[in-house]
Amino acid sequence: MIDRPARKYGGLTLPGTKIPDVGPRPSYTVEAEEGILGNCGLMGVCDEAGERMSGELAVRSMASMHDRGNGLGGGFAGYGIYPDHPEHYAFHMMYADEDARQDTEFYLARHFTIDHEEPIPTRAVRGIQDEPLLHRYFCRVEAERLQETQLSEADYVVHAFMDINSGIDGAFVASAGRNMGAFKGVGFPEEIGEFYRLDEYAGWTWTGHGRFPTNTPGWWGGAHPFCLLDYSIVHNGEISSYGINKRYLESHGYQLTLRTDTEVVTYLFDLMLRRHELPVEVACRALAAPFWKDIDLMPADDKEFYTALRTVYGPGLLNGPFAVVLGMADGMVALNDRIKLRPLVAARDGNRVYVASEESAIREICPKPEKSWMPRAGEPVIARLNAAAFGAAPQSVPVEVN
Amino acid sequence: MSPDSATIRRVPTGPARRGPIGAEPARKVAGQPGTDKGAVTHEGSEARIDARGIYYKTLNEQIREEMLNGAQTVILENVNGQRYIGGGLSGEDVRVVINGVPGNDLATFMTGPTLIVNENAQDGVANTMNRGLVVINGDAGDVLGYGMRGGRLYVRGDVGYRVGIHMKAYEDQRPAMVIGGKARDFFGEYMAGGELVLLGLGSDGKDIVGSYLGTGMHGGVIYVRGEVAEHQLGKEVSIAPLSAAEQSRVAELVGDFAGWMGLDAGEILERPFIKIFPYTHRPYGKLYAY
Repeated sequence: MIDRPARKYGGLTLPGTKIPDVGPRPSYTVEAEEGILGNCGLMGVCDEAGERMSGELAVRSMASMHDRGNGLGGGFAGYGIYPDHPEHYAFHMMYADEDARQDTEFYLARHFTIDHEEPIPTRAVRGIQDEPLLHRYFCRVEAERLQETQLSEADYVVHAFMDINSGIDGAFVASAGRNMGAFKGVGFPEEIGEFYRLDEYAGWTWTGHGRFPTNTPGWWGGAHPFCLLDYSIVHNGEISSYGINKRYLESHGYQLTLRTDTEVVTYLFDLMLRRHELPVEVACRALAAPFWKDIDLMPADDKEFYTALRTVYGPGLLNGPFAVVLGMADGMVALNDRIKLRPLVAARDGNRVYVASEESAIREICPKPEKSWMPRAGEPVIARLNAAAFGAAPQSVPVEVN
Repeated sequence: MSPDSATIRRVPTGPARRGPIGAEPARKVAGQPGTDKGAVTHEGSEARIDARGIYYKTLNEQIREEMLNGAQTVILENVNGQRYIGGGLSGEDVRVVINGVPGNDLATFMTGPTLIVNENAQDGVANTMNRGLVVINGDAGDVLGYGMRGGRLYVRGDVGYRVGIHMKAYEDQRPAMVIGGKARDFFGEYMAGGELVLLGLGSDGKDIVGSYLGTGMHGGVIYVRGEVAEHQLGKEVSIAPLSAAEQSRVAELVGDFAGWMGLDAGEILERPFIKIFPYTHRPYGKLYAY
């Protein structure tokens, strides 16, 4: 065992301007002696008919990939989990201490109408300790606030998200979407799932992640998924183009405060899907663009289209090895890097689309899928809630301001 | 709590991991560390293990134990994601039959046995395998036969990316792989020896392999039953027709493959093959030599 100095705060480090106080990084030489192998592991399941599934399904799938992670991060995102508050922005908060909580509650009460708030229910689970204060708020934005600020409702929430993460020490927004939530922390994913009592939730889309941290420390806020509005990302791999992606996003007003490469993927999807209104297929082609040598071989129309797309979204191109699963209000997308440097398997059974790092993680929760396949590099797997299922759920419609 | 789990928890994963609180829930999932063994039944020289929910280490120990006790065939039922099955296993006349999807690195470092998978397989099959045979009656994943040094791997369906990466050969150690379906990019990447045969069964022979075929290849040979365009090739390889000796070698490999898969070898061999080979065995010989 290596003795570590006690940290100032619990499991949550400080976002914002201060350097996270997480003590020394884990010693990988010690881990190697213990024979710990590592990759991240991820999964996603979406019922296109909108039938809701217990969160236990996602937990069990991730439990089968226990050995991919090392207990330094696990998390899940669920969609359709708050039928009592489907129109509210559900702020899932992590606080290092009471001060952070008071500051954040002051902020939220000032900018939103909070119709309901409660501690996020948890249960004691072996392996999970030093959890931050976990609280959730179901918030609404009043029309006059939008008038005052001249922002769309979505942009208003994004501002609040960025304000809290960058401005309030010891406070971290895990998610702030409608009818969805992120549940994440330091631990193996199956421990995190039990800790957050995910078996008590039902949702039509679930994504899950087990972390093997490489470039940034394992802390509660650094576990996946990374969320913004209704978007959530779980990621296995590394975004080598982080620097240029970060500069590009900052020029569009995003603040990258979480000290991880994965957050750029979430914000790039938000930029392309919500703000630029690109179809998801096109956004994926911009993020994992075809190589120029392949564009050269395309028919004239395609060549022109991809040349334009790569030119406009050059700084949005994601380079490096990755497999990501994007959760959205109306579906789920899985995407690999262009030369398939991380594993990804997909399957379909009835209305349900499954993706995972290993086929066995799908078989664990769907023993005999109708079809299973390995998606091609850079070709997204897209699951969409059908219109009937999604009719009642909220849509991202920008609010008119004059 | 099982010792394996305890071992993992001992790793200093940050100050958060203090003493145990709360319950350790029962998790009957194969990926969870545990020492519970699978139920075994014996019939003659055949042992049948129910692998449902059994951790990979325990399962692999059980396979060895049964073989040491004289089992010629070990049948694994309800396998799901257990890694390293057949890993480091040696013996000439022993066989493991796998019902379910085995985990990554199936048959890694294996020397001699025959493994038969009746479903799909995942990534890294036959990693650094020395001798023996692996038969997969479904699809398989990426990086098959990484550094494979001998033996054979037959896959009925499709395979992923980087298959045959850095396969090598020395004297009578000649690894060979036959893929029934299609293969994706980087087929035969950095290949140093051995043989890859790609059949593309059930297709018209077009688009059965991705790009960067044979990139960095400097030994061995790839036979493709179909067409390959120039732009799909790595910089180090060329296309050529097969010699008579090569034709008969392909017929031999395809014959054995078809026997295991219950297919008609004659029908498969009706369509012509092409040969992909490295035109120099030292592609970078001059790179740093000026």
